[in-house]
Amino acid sequence: MKNKLNGQSVKNLIIRNVHIVDPANKIDEVMDFHVKSHRIVKWGKDLAAEEAEIMDAKKLYLLPGLIDMHVHFREPGFEHKETIETGAQAAIAGGFVGCVTMPNTKPACDNAQVVKYQMERANVLNFNIFPAGTLTQGREGKKISEMAEMKAAGAVAVTDDGNWVVDSGVARRVYEYAATYGLPILSHAEDPTISLNGVMNEGIVSTQLGLRGRPNASEDIATARDIELVRLIKCQLHFQHVSTRGAVDMIRRARAEGLPITAEATPHHIALTDEEFVKYDTFYKMNPPLRTEEDRQAVIKGLEDGTIDTIATDHAPHAFEEKDQDIEVAPPGTIGLESSFGVVMTELYHGRKWKLEEIVKKMSLVPADILKKANFGRLKTGEQANFILVDLNQEWVFNEENVHSKSINSCFYGRKLRGKVLHTFVKGYQYNLS
Amino acid sequence: MSPSEKQVLDEGGIERVLARMAHEILERNQGTSNLALIGIRTRGVFLAERLQKKIFEIEQKKIPVGILDITLYRDDLSEVGPKPEIHETDISFDLKRKVVILMDDVLFTGRTIRAALDALIDLGRPKVIRLAVLVDRGHRELPIKADYVGKNVPTSLQETVIIRLKEKDGKDEAVILGGTPA
Amino acid sequence: MMENHKTKWTKKDLLGLRDLSSDEIELILDTAKSFSEVSQRDVKKVPVLRGKTVVNLFLEPSTRTRVSFELAEKRLSADTISMAGGSSSMTKGESLWDTIANIEALKVDLIVMRHGSSGAPHRISNYTKVGIVNAGDGINEHPTQGLLDIFTLREIKGKIKGLKVVFVGDILHSRVARSNIWGLTKLGAEVVICGPKTLVPWGIEELGVKVIHDVKKALDGADAVTLLRIQMERQNETLFPSIREYASTFGLNTELFKYAKPDAILMHPGPVNRGVEIESALADSAQSYILKQVTNGIAVRMAVLYLLSGVLKNEK
Repeated sequence: MKNKLNGQSVKNLIIRNVHIVDPANKIDEVMDFHVKSHRIVKWGKDLAAEEAEIMDAKKLYLLPGLIDMHVHFREPGFEHKETIETGAQAAIAGGFVGCVTMPNTKPACDNAQVVKYQMERANVLNFNIFPAGTLTQGREGKKISEMAEMKAAGAVAVTDDGNWVVDSGVARRVYEYAATYGLPILSHAEDPTISLNGVMNEGIVSTQLGLRGRPNASEDIATARDIELVRLIKCQLHFQHVSTRGAVDMIRRARAEGLPITAEATPHHIALTDEEFVKYDTFYKMNPPLRTEEDRQAVIKGLEDGTIDTIATDHAPHAFEEKDQDIEVAPPGTIGLESSFGVVMTELYHGRKWKLEEIVKKMSLVPADILKKANFGRLKTGEQANFILVDLNQEWVFNEENVHSKSINSCFYGRKLRGKVLHTFVKGYQYNLS
Repeated sequence: MSPSEKQVLDEGGIERVLARMAHEILERNQGTSNLALIGIRTRGVFLAERLQKKIFEIEQKKIPVGILDITLYRDDLSEVGPKPEIHETDISFDLKRKVVILMDDVLFTGRTIRAALDALIDLGRPKVIRLAVLVDRGHRELPIKADYVGKNVPTSLQETVIIRLKEKDGKDEAVILGGTPA
Repeated sequence: MMENHKTKWTKKDLLGLRDLSSDEIELILDTAKSFSEVSQRDVKKVPVLRGKTVVNLFLEPSTRTRVSFELAEKRLSADTISMAGGSSSMTKGESLWDTIANIEALKVDLIVMRHGSSGAPHRISNYTKVGIVNAGDGINEHPTQGLLDIFTLREIKGKIKGLKVVFVGDILHSRVARSNIWGLTKLGAEVVICGPKTLVPWGIEELGVKVIHDVKKALDGADAVTLLRIQMERQNETLFPSIREYASTFGLNTELFKYAKPDAILMHPGPVNRGVEIESALADSAQSYILKQVTNGIAVRMAVLYLLSGVLKNEK
């Protein structure tokens, strides 16, 4: 494995002069922060030394650890792309302390055994994994998965991931069943009968490049259907990686009606458009595809007016040989954990003058709330240390050296970023990233 | 004519030289039978056309003129890039059994003529190929010799010989350029 | 006498007409004009690429284009190797990059490449110093076919600017149409696209073409009509109801062709489906330049190989 990150067990540490931002506790000021035996002791002005190791963190910010509601760690079954271990490394490198893993493993995470396996692996690695189980058995869109047992084993949500349940009758039943157990449904709303073999967004760029397209309509139709099922069932439904203007508009209206809907956007849909495809580089191939500038702006606006609650990476590692295939054949997806914070800071904090607490909400607090993980997304005395130290202004260029994932398929290489995670504290272990 | 140029043929000179060459060609060929002129692009073509006219004035017979572009046969083609432009070769008569007079403006290293010979032979098999040039400036790099020479002009390698023709340059003259270091 | 071009050819590859300026397109066309004379000689060979090696890498079946390229290469005195999808190691699971790296290691000078994936030559060209000629990539472009169509049109009409050129048929899957559209619009022609909506790519109007679904209206006043082949297997893709209905609505015949100008020319990139997109009698009529296109293809490909071989030398 490449330059492995090793965590130092935190015994007794006081971080001095650090600017703490924690919207849940309404903290936004420079203080000292005390961690002892892996747990948060307290924070406050001029804490007594108490024989602790002192770390001066002047000009740095301390934020609750980031939560990614959408990652692919590929284990079991596709360990050549990623393992829970390498996925956790990538997450830690990006400032994430917990990730929701998608169930498109092999076998699919459609039963309690796989849920338990994934959580145990993460436990051994001192990382927090919140597995999502499937909606249907084998992600085939036919029979309901054993959701009750999966929930009991620790699954936090259900989804068939890239296989949106096309049959509306089946979808109604599985959504109802999920609602029975209060499991949020994660919906990759994209109608495959329209997307078909499309490689990129369908628009003027795909026409210019001679590539088959996936029109906005494929996402909009799927979004509309799911909204109607939520209206019918009142299930909690979370739209993954919203990418079209139409979907943002529909979700905004549905939420205004009070439907229990949440949504996420990815850093790549926030930062990039389909123009990136001009070099026919498969690293820009993802589902849903990078859309037009109009869609990108709509997604940002959705984030700003609260239509979209969270930012999630859809970290989708694929081996280089797989990505290196013909553009029609290469699997879709980009890795995203390592670049996410830098991209979001660059685009939204610096680029659009967001408040830091808004970033924390979208990347930590709200995901934790959606997942009902009350110990995450905020600082809590007595709980395990899960937080990050960041430099808001550090400028850096994202490149392959920053990647800790087993795969290197990032769409952000060469990008100048501003804002970097310098230390990640997970379960009381400190990882120095600088 | 700029100060560094030295004229070696003026308009009248070129006229007289071409008239003499026309007579020489006809004398050697004993008339116009099977005779054909092929000019090497660009100025060789104009010279060939003028020779055609002179021959007509003498014999009242119009002999065919062809145009040869030798670019594709240049021996330095693989050395140069971007590639030089290619123009058309236009020889509308059969070369078989023809007495071809290959016409160029200046004979220098002989490489152009070598290329022209290769090009001609790819186009057909003439009975004879003879070479006519307006100016022979010496410094051959290949065993090539002109059969009809308008004027022998001894030059140094530093000098350039320029032929100007009305059809392209607005006036007729042959000049030597440069040579004496400034 | 031909005008002298200000533009010099500087591109390592010919990937598509999308990347070319109108000057570059005209430089190729004028160069091709000079080469068309070579094919009329007894000795159809010039020593331009003597000692150079050209690989024809055809990873998708092709007979016409491959034969045309091979002849062009041979008439330029190049040494040529042909690798087809079936015979190369591609079928053994080797990646395209490995194949190209291996070909490069053989010290070849140019690769002529046909590939089923759009953009494959563009991707390859970033990885190799060897010049790449795109001989058709997926549904994207077929630049030498586009150039030879434009060359043929210019040869007969004397110009391109202001001509009305109509394309009838499957535009969506046609790399030939796409190359033609790029080239013709750059040279100032009026381009009209005609086919059912299912076979017209999204937003094609933004490339500066007009879309008319009625064949008679589309043909009105046309200087040239290019028919695009309809692939029989597309019947299963919900794009049109049947070959029969397609032939009766978008198939061209002598009667329909009268809607075009009296001196309009008919072109087709081949192979022709007689009785489907074109009536046999029309394909063989005096206005059909289908065979002329084939002949011109060699000259155009000679010109492209000649121009690219110059850049190659510069790079070394």
